Amino acid sequence: MKWGMVIDLQKCTGCGECVAACKLENNVAIVEPKESEMGRTMLWMDMLTVYEGEYPRLRVRQFPRPCMHCDHPPCTKVCPVRATYRNEEGIVAQIYPQCIGCRYCMAACPYTVKSFNWYKPEWAPGIRETANPDVSVRLVGVVEKCTFCVHRLQKAKEQAKAEGRNLREGDFQTACAESCPAGAIVFGDLENTNHRVNPLSRSPRATRLLEDLGTEPKVIYLKEVD
Amino acid sequence: MEKAPAAPNPDYDLLRPIEDPGKSFYYIVIVLLVIILYTGYVYIRQVYYGLGVTGMAQPVTWGFYIINFVFFIGISHAGTLISAILRLSKAEWRRPITRMAEVITAIVLAIGGLHPIIDLGRPDRMTHLFYNGRLQSPLLWDIVSITAYFTASTVYLYIPMIPDIAILRDRGVKPRWLYEFLSWGWQGTEQQHKVLDRAMNILMVVVIPIAISVHTIISYIFAMTVQPGWHSTIFGPYFVVGAIFSGIAAILVLMIVFRKVFHLERYLKLIHFNYLSVLLLVMSLLWFYFTFSEYLTGYYGHEPNEMRVFWYKFSGAFAPYFWTMVTCNFLLPLILLSNRKTRTIPGILIASISVIIGMWLERLIIVVPSLANPRLPYPTGIYIPSSTEWTLFLGGVSVFILGYMMFARFFPVISIWEIQEGRQESAKAVTERITSYMPDPQTPLAKG
Repeated sequence: MKWGMVIDLQKCTGCGECVAACKLENNVAIVEPKESEMGRTMLWMDMLTVYEGEYPRLRVRQFPRPCMHCDHPPCTKVCPVRATYRNEEGIVAQIYPQCIGCRYCMAACPYTVKSFNWYKPEWAPGIRETANPDVSVRLVGVVEKCTFCVHRLQKAKEQAKAEGRNLREGDFQTACAESCPAGAIVFGDLENTNHRVNPLSRSPRATRLLEDLGTEPKVIYLKEVD
Repeated sequence: MEKAPAAPNPDYDLLRPIEDPGKSFYYIVIVLLVIILYTGYVYIRQVYYGLGVTGMAQPVTWGFYIINFVFFIGISHAGTLISAILRLSKAEWRRPITRMAEVITAIVLAIGGLHPIIDLGRPDRMTHLFYNGRLQSPLLWDIVSITAYFTASTVYLYIPMIPDIAILRDRGVKPRWLYEFLSWGWQGTEQQHKVLDRAMNILMVVVIPIAISVHTIISYIFAMTVQPGWHSTIFGPYFVVGAIFSGIAAILVLMIVFRKVFHLERYLKLIHFNYLSVLLLVMSLLWFYFTFSEYLTGYYGHEPNEMRVFWYKFSGAFAPYFWTMVTCNFLLPLILLSNRKTRTIPGILIASISVIIGMWLERLIIVVPSLANPRLPYPTGIYIPSSTEWTLFLGGVSVFILGYMMFARFFPVISIWEIQEGRQESAKAVTERITSYMPDPQTPLAKG
């Protein structure tokens, strides 16, 4: 089993629904505007903007950016306390109670996907009550990032076990994939030929971010054709 | 305290600051203690609120603490490494300098070693490093090498101090128990001298590879990532050269200060400054060589991400710092120290201070630009250190000054017995050594 994600940039409209869904699903703290301006916004799923060409031929492209869940993650290599590691299903996980907050993994990540809890995380009163009970809230001073909604996987596995069957493709979807109105994000097992991500990941349009670094990301982008 | 009677030994002048520290000593100590206490408060505040009180953010997740960590540990290379190399190469002019240099190492290393802990988001979980540590992480290598260096250099500082502590003990200087305890029953017998020499010989050979490993491993923290501007094979030796460079500058500044404050003109002569400043000049050239190689390689490779960092330093937001660094580390020392007319005490002082500033800037230029320019299309990071970080920097410097003052209050900063040994024995030893280099007139050349 090797969990992966395919993001079809042809379908992606850049609406940002995945960003919002991720934030709510994973109880990601909302920082004050002043902090956000400093660059302390916490987003497990971010929407990056690329400007190509110059006016009047300027072209603005956007693409969602989760954690790449590399097969050779530069972040886990440098962690001094094994607070981040790649599990046997390929998910690069963070262990919040283990993290000492040295931020070495953040410095080492070529995709800059990690966020740090600069202050004690806080939520607006309304959001606080609707926090997702399946995801642990983080403490001040630890690093966090996209987990491929591993809590949902946990739940799906238990459900499947209770029903005495194997995990099916639809059992487990990440919040971003589920919320995407354009259906641009597909999640599944890259090694399982029955999963949609498997043929998609071998599409001629398939590309990975910063492939030449040898990190072997498991988030695959399908290039725009036009 | 009454005036010391006509001392039989002129070198006992060196004990005057210990026997009569004077009033200004206490004033300065109080000022420093106030700064340090305030720093402690600022740090506790940081622990309470989180690292948000600093200027760090994403993507510049490392700032002053890591810069100062590298900087302070760099300064520490002055001491032990220089004094060990000078001892090992039997440079006789080392005698009044070695101890001063070694003290720098011990104090600065303690301060520098604390910086990664200050930088932790969860200092309460520091013990995780010991029972959950991953030896694959360069941070663990650092803990190992810095601990080894701290141990070796404090022992290396202490062992040659024993005969001097015994002098203090024999003169009945207070606090008596301290000197009684630290002198370890030194009587100056031949056997004791033999053991002392042996211990020093072993330590100075051991301490050199440890010192080199320390700064190499600090560079590995950066070089082991794939980030542009960091992932460079040259980083190990580059950092070591920079460390020794800044260390020599620090020794020179301290020597000038002590010469002035304790009136050590008889001991720290112009020749010492001359030799050390030539060494500083050599290191400056070496530093330039490494910097030049590093950036030229990056420029010719022309990898886009590398170039983004390159231009950020050369003509972007960091250009003022970058060119100040080049001026401070290369141009100014080169002009001042290569000219005999300006290689005077004030000239050397200016060059040394400029090198210290320049080397601090170098650490800044290594740490921040690579982080500020991520590979993916994020906005360029901004890093403005907060008052917390400035205070902790000031606190670190204050701890250094206080530490040095406390040392000078209780122990002679110039090794008395080594000076005496130099007076009594080394002239003869050096003559013998030089004679041994010369061709032997007695043995005729073999016929063949």
